[in-house]
Amino acid sequence: MLSRIAESLFWIGRYVERADGTARILDVHLERLNHLPMEERKNVAQELLAVMGARPQSEDFGLPELLHALAYDKTSATSIAGSLGAARENARRARETVSSGLWESLNTTYYGLSQHRKDVVGTYRFCNWTLERTAMVSGLADTTVSHDESWLFLVLGRSLERADMTARMLSTRDVLSAGMSWVNMLRCAGAYESFLRTRRAAFGDQHAAEFLLLDRLFPRSIVYALRDADECLAKLDPSAQRVGFINDARRIVGQARTFLEFHRTDDLMSELPEHMERVQKAVAQASDAISRKYFNQADELAWVGELS
Amino acid sequence: MNSKQKDGWLLGMSDLFQDYSEAAGRTGAYDEMFAPGQQARDSYEQVAEALRKLSLADVSARADSMARTFLDRGVTFDFAGEERPFPLDIVPRVIPAAEWDVMERGVAQRVRALEAFLNDVYDKMTVVSDGVIPRQLVTTSAHFHRQVHGFEPAGGVRVHISGIDVIRDAAGTFRVLEDNVRVPSGVSYVLENRRAMAKGLPEAFGQQLIRPVEEYPRRLLSALRKTAPAGVDDPTVVVLTPGVFNSAYFEHTLLAGLMGVELVEGRDLICRGNRVYMRTTAGEQRVDVIYKRIDDDFLDPLQFRADSMLGCPGLVNAARAGGVTIANAVGNGVADDKLVYSYVPDLIRYYLGEEPIIANVDTFRLEEKEAREYTLDNLAELVVKPVDGSGGKGLVIGPDASNDELDALRQRIIADPRGWIAQPVLQLSTVPTLSGDKFGPRHVDLRPFAVNDGDNVWVLPGGLTRVALKEGSLIVNSSQGGGSKDTWVLADSPQMPVESVPRQSVTVRERVSVWPVESNWRDRQSEQQQ
Repeated sequence: MLSRIAESLFWIGRYVERADGTARILDVHLERLNHLPMEERKNVAQELLAVMGARPQSEDFGLPELLHALAYDKTSATSIAGSLGAARENARRARETVSSGLWESLNTTYYGLSQHRKDVVGTYRFCNWTLERTAMVSGLADTTVSHDESWLFLVLGRSLERADMTARMLSTRDVLSAGMSWVNMLRCAGAYESFLRTRRAAFGDQHAAEFLLLDRLFPRSIVYALRDADECLAKLDPSAQRVGFINDARRIVGQARTFLEFHRTDDLMSELPEHMERVQKAVAQASDAISRKYFNQADELAWVGELS
Repeated sequence: MNSKQKDGWLLGMSDLFQDYSEAAGRTGAYDEMFAPGQQARDSYEQVAEALRKLSLADVSARADSMARTFLDRGVTFDFAGEERPFPLDIVPRVIPAAEWDVMERGVAQRVRALEAFLNDVYDKMTVVSDGVIPRQLVTTSAHFHRQVHGFEPAGGVRVHISGIDVIRDAAGTFRVLEDNVRVPSGVSYVLENRRAMAKGLPEAFGQQLIRPVEEYPRRLLSALRKTAPAGVDDPTVVVLTPGVFNSAYFEHTLLAGLMGVELVEGRDLICRGNRVYMRTTAGEQRVDVIYKRIDDDFLDPLQFRADSMLGCPGLVNAARAGGVTIANAVGNGVADDKLVYSYVPDLIRYYLGEEPIIANVDTFRLEEKEAREYTLDNLAELVVKPVDGSGGKGLVIGPDASNDELDALRQRIIADPRGWIAQPVLQLSTVPTLSGDKFGPRHVDLRPFAVNDGDNVWVLPGGLTRVALKEGSLIVNSSQGGGSKDTWVLADSPQMPVESVPRQSVTVRERVSVWPVESNWRDRQSEQQQ
């Protein structure tokens, strides 16, 4: 298939998942931000923005600015609106390859972006709406696109971004820990009920972090997402069958996943910041390596660049 | 509040709170939000401030959206065979820390007394031989079950979960209205209401520290596990539900989900050799603690109603043999009997040697001749309740009843004086509640929930505030047109910022490095980053 199309699909996967993750993080943290005194809000808002990989544009960065930066700013690929806009733009360029169901749902989402009130209460609804739309896009992608190479690129993007987003969810726990319970962290990932059913009476932030980082069966855990990415890469490049890997992306993803999966620790919480940092870096590097290997484009397509 | 703010307040509030003080004056009740003169009480300042900034359109939009969320999430109750969202009003009920402190101690005290009473009546009945309460009263109670006489339940606790209904009278004093130590329901609405309010009225949370309610399921699970039969290392807890047609089914699923335990129906259980098992895909699995959400009458067809399909034969014998803990214990209903209720202050003195912290509502026992005569003469001014009723069934409010109804009631009281109690009509306190296009005073009660693990009685800081949505109505039950409010218990020092808790952040915590040094990755700038 064309590199250009593959690249578009890869980034549709990433951007949709990014919108989804950002909406989840924002939804949960907004509740907490609202309970803070005014002076604290600014600091926490800035920290949250930093976790999401952006810097405040001005000194006076408070709650409304945070909402703009993470939800409504169409010019920034960190925000929900920006991600969904970029996903739609990518789909438009690969329109002949993506199914009409997928294209239409992305396009409808794009036109729905501006129909929300931008205050706190409106943002809650916006986040919910985003989750519904992204679930629909993912569902349509899974059921209306043949699971061939093009779909693999989409899933590859989605899995890498999911690992990255879960890492950010866990980082928010670390940066904004005071008053932020592990319950919220799990709700963030939609993992609360699953966690409770597997853990029975063993509650606590160590277990919650372990679940989101290492659980082999929960689809939003980092290990699970990295394994998905690994499998996609293996299917995309079946050449290296016996010894070693010439494919950088596979090596990076595989090393990160196996390190986490086989790592043994007594004090996960104190190692967590490093895990998160390394996972995010591995995702960024894998994404670069994939670009070099498969997309092989000149720099003029700035809209596909890694921004986070 | 300075005068400028006050003007703004009056202007801003003029639409929504128009006529409020007049309507509140008419009820003659204590208003939770406003002191006389439409002055918001201290505890309500933030709420008032948040509401002041909202227009009618905002408030209705938020109320609609909260109702829709409840419907989507399945937070419903069964009304005449139809699932309805449980109406949640946008104005919370706020309880200051000092008042809550009294409430907490009062509820815990009551639970301890009822626990002691139940242990006693199913054993030696010293309370009867010491003349505190007549034997006949205990033994004639419809929920006194001889089937569970003479054994201490495994784990030693009978009242694991209780919901003590409390009201505030016209003078602003809290009084206990009734005890629920059988199957108190409603805690799911406490949890859901808080989630909905955090999104529905975020402005009001602001500075004040509202005590969280989300730890309830964990507290409940740990109490249930703690009271498991002796010798069980890792007890298996289940929630026993009558099934999907029960009006509180939503609550059963929520609690089982939040505790991470199985929700079972009677047919999933099997008793053998005085042990209880559940049928699973991996064969039969022993059950150690059953959180029972069905009425005693339906629990065990061998002991109670033989036609019950909801329970499991053999449960009572298993409990008697100490093979399973049933929470709450079978037979607790005798403590809910409204005639026994009238003796609870005496029971507190008898068992605990303490004075009751929260008083009862004055109650006439109709088996006593003088009380009965007074009641029959003044039926039109009293509330008359059946002793074993719940959910407001069978209750007659004298001033609202027609002459025919009062005559019928009079005949029934004469025929069965043991079956009824009478109380003065209490003006339950009011809280502003959205009704149509403005706020009006509506009467509320409060059900705090307590969890007893045998050593400690923990009272959930919050509770279910039920509100009668009809103007002037005193009946708050959801089956009779009641709704609910989120209940905010303020923490002791409202100014204490959340962030004063020591922060465990990357900067404070010692960094641990466990990952291998990056070798052949092309990006090597990472080492310099930190």
